[in-house]
Amino acid sequence: MTDIAIIGGGPAGLSAAIYAASLGAKVTLIDDGLELGGQLIKQTHKFFGSEKQFAGIRGIEIAKKMIQDIKEYDNIEAIANSTVTGYYEDEVITIVQGVNGDILKKLKAKRIIVATGALENMLPFVNNDLPGVYGAGAVQTLMNLYGVVPGNNILMVGAGNIGLIVSYQLLQAGIKVEAIVEALPRIGGYLVHASKIRRLGVPIYTSHTLKEVYGTDCIEKAVISEINRNFEFIPGTEKELEVDTICLAVGLSPLSDLLWQAGCQMKYVPELCGYVALRDDNMKTTKDKIYIAGDVAGIEEASSAMLEGQIAGLNAAVSLGYKCDNYQEQDKKLKAELRELRDNPLSEEIKIGIEKALIRGGRD
Amino acid sequence: MRIKEHPILEFNQKEKVKFTLDGKELEGYKGEPIASALVAAGIKVLSRSIKYHRPRGFFCAIGKCSACLMKVNGVPNIRTCVTKLEEGMKVEIQKGKGDFN
Repeated sequence: MTDIAIIGGGPAGLSAAIYAASLGAKVTLIDDGLELGGQLIKQTHKFFGSEKQFAGIRGIEIAKKMIQDIKEYDNIEAIANSTVTGYYEDEVITIVQGVNGDILKKLKAKRIIVATGALENMLPFVNNDLPGVYGAGAVQTLMNLYGVVPGNNILMVGAGNIGLIVSYQLLQAGIKVEAIVEALPRIGGYLVHASKIRRLGVPIYTSHTLKEVYGTDCIEKAVISEINRNFEFIPGTEKELEVDTICLAVGLSPLSDLLWQAGCQMKYVPELCGYVALRDDNMKTTKDKIYIAGDVAGIEEASSAMLEGQIAGLNAAVSLGYKCDNYQEQDKKLKAELRELRDNPLSEEIKIGIEKALIRGGRD
Repeated sequence: MRIKEHPILEFNQKEKVKFTLDGKELEGYKGEPIASALVAAGIKVLSRSIKYHRPRGFFCAIGKCSACLMKVNGVPNIRTCVTKLEEGMKVEIQKGKGDFN
């Protein structure tokens, strides 16, 4: 029996755990990775955003600090390498553990906060299942966490922030990036990242995409092509690149299976990159006992995930009767910070999306 | 291949361990994912698709995509990207859906 089970130990889940535990709630934090920290533990770049949310600090340092904080609370139990497979009406979640996945545990939790994050999108192209085609997150895991070279010559697909940042990280690790292709007519990520990469001699082809890769048992060549405004290939514009690795940075989708299974009301919101659970401004879903935070609530970035985690952690704990001195003020402050963070032209879409997913007063 | 020098990161992997892939002896670091040790050793094909036997390699690194399912110490369908490497592990490329032996 626990007060709050938090599913996912990335920036949102860690923040929720720390906040709820600071108010005295008994927290069980469950993560399916080998270590806590989610994507933070492989992010070597310094964060943008507000100072209160660690701007100017590298993701790996943020993770270290938060994991240290978690350890200092006796009322947080953290379980890594375990997958939550279901939520049942009697407030029970099922957890699969063990190398072979042969241990099944049940845990009763008065509230759950789902902070499961996101899954990388796949891209259709010929032979997209060949070894050497990686998601950008996997490339980061290999090189930044385990010091393993994912390939010798990389084609990055996608010039959003992830594509740009991972390209730069590859160059830092001494790995060649042949080119970056972006299907849109413009670069989606911060231009400061893009110019850094261009200065290092990596071309960024906009209105281009990957058409096919070929090779026996691994990638030997890739063919890119220019595309028109309807994203159709323009014949005759194909270019052959000698690469052995494709890194896909073509967006993320909320990892919301558990919320579907739990029966939360879901909605497709393109601005949030997929199906998300409807929620009130406390991050509570249409199920009274289920809260959400981070990418599962809509694809954004780590700073907003941390704030959403804090809001969910605070409100879940208070809903259980844990006392927060000046709750109103704290709650208002966190929500104001989140608004402030989104108060920039790049967050316009996000704000539209959140408006679509927002409900006034949750009901079960 | 391993990254030798990095401007920001230090890789404090210390303990080398030996394991086998289909009987061939390889080396990796204790506690890293099995699949990471395989990639570092230059192994690209981790599994074969069930119907057409197409090669599958390291893809998602978070235990979600099933491209790295392998037989480890006789147990099939182990997600090698989220399973820690240990000394003496017997790793095999499994056939089809895998079976116990």
